[in-house]
Amino acid sequence: MLGATVYSLPPAWALLGYVLAIACFARGIKMLTSPKTAHLGNRVAGVGMLIAIGVTLGQFHVGWQYIVPAAALGAIIGAVWALRVPMTAMPQMVAMFNGMGGGAAALIALGDFHRLTLGGVVLGPIDSGTILLSCLIGSISFAGSMIAFAKLQELMTGTPITWPFQHEINGALLLVLVAIGIVIMVTGGGGALMIVFFIGALALGVMAVLPVGGADMPVIISLLNSFTGVAAAVTGFVIGNYSLVVAGALVGASGSILTVLMSKAMNRPITNVLFGAFGQVAEGPAGAALAPGKTVHPTSAEDLAVLLAYSQQVIFVPGYGLAVARAQHEVKELADILKARGVRVLYAIHPVAGRMPGHMNVLLAEADVPYDELKEMDQVNPEFARTDVAVVIGANDVVNPAALNDPKSPIWGMPILRADQAKTVVVLKRSMRPGFAGIENELFYHDNTLMLFGDAKDSVNKLIAEVKLQAAA
Amino acid sequence: MSESSLVLIGFFIFVISVFLGLELITKVPSLLHTPLMSGTNFIHGIVVIGAITIAATVNNALAGVIAVIAVFLGTLNVVGGWVVTDRMLGMFRGSGQQRGHQAAEPPAAAGPPEGKA
Repeated sequence: MLGATVYSLPPAWALLGYVLAIACFARGIKMLTSPKTAHLGNRVAGVGMLIAIGVTLGQFHVGWQYIVPAAALGAIIGAVWALRVPMTAMPQMVAMFNGMGGGAAALIALGDFHRLTLGGVVLGPIDSGTILLSCLIGSISFAGSMIAFAKLQELMTGTPITWPFQHEINGALLLVLVAIGIVIMVTGGGGALMIVFFIGALALGVMAVLPVGGADMPVIISLLNSFTGVAAAVTGFVIGNYSLVVAGALVGASGSILTVLMSKAMNRPITNVLFGAFGQVAEGPAGAALAPGKTVHPTSAEDLAVLLAYSQQVIFVPGYGLAVARAQHEVKELADILKARGVRVLYAIHPVAGRMPGHMNVLLAEADVPYDELKEMDQVNPEFARTDVAVVIGANDVVNPAALNDPKSPIWGMPILRADQAKTVVVLKRSMRPGFAGIENELFYHDNTLMLFGDAKDSVNKLIAEVKLQAAA
Repeated sequence: MSESSLVLIGFFIFVISVFLGLELITKVPSLLHTPLMSGTNFIHGIVVIGAITIAATVNNALAGVIAVIAVFLGTLNVVGGWVVTDRMLGMFRGSGQQRGHQAAEPPAAAGPPEGKA
């Protein structure tokens, strides 16, 4: 506890070590914001973490027999999981690791509470207040992240789960937790009450995330990431270590900026994400709205190959469907063949393509596509009008013109890639099923839109073969 | 120093750090949103040093068990978060650095020495 007799501030050598660690974190985060320095930035932050952990272990010469095995187990599980996880599962992976950090913060608070109260200390209101806050935020972050993980991993339904008086019940639960917290702060103890508080905070985390739909989950994960940062900062007050305060605040603040950037890119104000139960409304009419009388224009790989081979400029618009079909390498191969024929090829990346902002960039990087060929929305949108063919692969909502011209659409106002402005739009799609957000797409019925049905990987492989034939001819 | 002044100094540090955090990532290309989220996710794993502190100073079994679980969770956050971020960023390269899998080696090999500096 800060100032309480139990903990004193760390010794001078340790404080200097922590300052070095924090400098590494700040520099590392800064470097993570540019593609040229990002990789090194993560390593700089990693060095900071090693220093911080080393300095902490160096201050204590007891308890290693428990600490080292627990840390070794956590390190092995974390490393193996992180090395094996497919890049498509990145959102839930981040949610899982984030939950672990939140859980750690909550347990530290709980452990410190029992250490002090069972040790006969009557806690002052500042001591118990920081413990309660750290426990509350950490628990919400842990439980919320676990629900986010379960939804994205499809261990449970990704659609919003709602019940009557949802916000009122959540609000009431928060008030009850505050009341319990006040009792603990006034009495300075109460082990049983503390457990009730902990369980209540976990329940609040679960109930806050259940109504959020799968499509909005990245924003929630980013928000919970920021939460865990704040929980770490409060933990710094609990154990009297300012390096936690700084590192936690850095993550809390930068995480909140990232959350705002993401919700802007998705055109989903953060309040809507939290309270809107997005996707629920769109669910019903989506299938039925498959307007009768509208027709699509199917095409074949042969015809499309000719079209591509004699284009001057082609833009690929990849979506999550591309990654699901594991067709990134094939798309890159097709792009390389076209480039060899003198076709100018670009990739148009919507900020929320994939399942979290920036996810598609990671997925294409995995397939060796250089990042400078990946054009962001603002850069690439003016290009579509002078593009011969826009090839939309496994993307749907990010090219849906309804976002621009249908105020009733749930995605109205979301910035989109203007694939519809290309001379010809080709959509590679498994079937006419609506996308992740469950919304019908009028682009598929446009006169300049051709549909190539089938598995994305098979379709692109056929295209590669056909374009090669064109080259031979 | 009294407890309240130490808490106030902590609050002072907290507020300044928040402003630093806001300044650090004003403009990030969406290209890097996923690795940045993952990278900051790794950094809040710093809670593990709180878990170590509690685990090293416990005086009863209940608090000890809780603290050891916290060490486990915190390390999972740190190691998993770092490894997955490193994996992701290792795949990014510009067209200058080209050519398939050979290109994966030089940046990776060049990284650690500078990182330690």
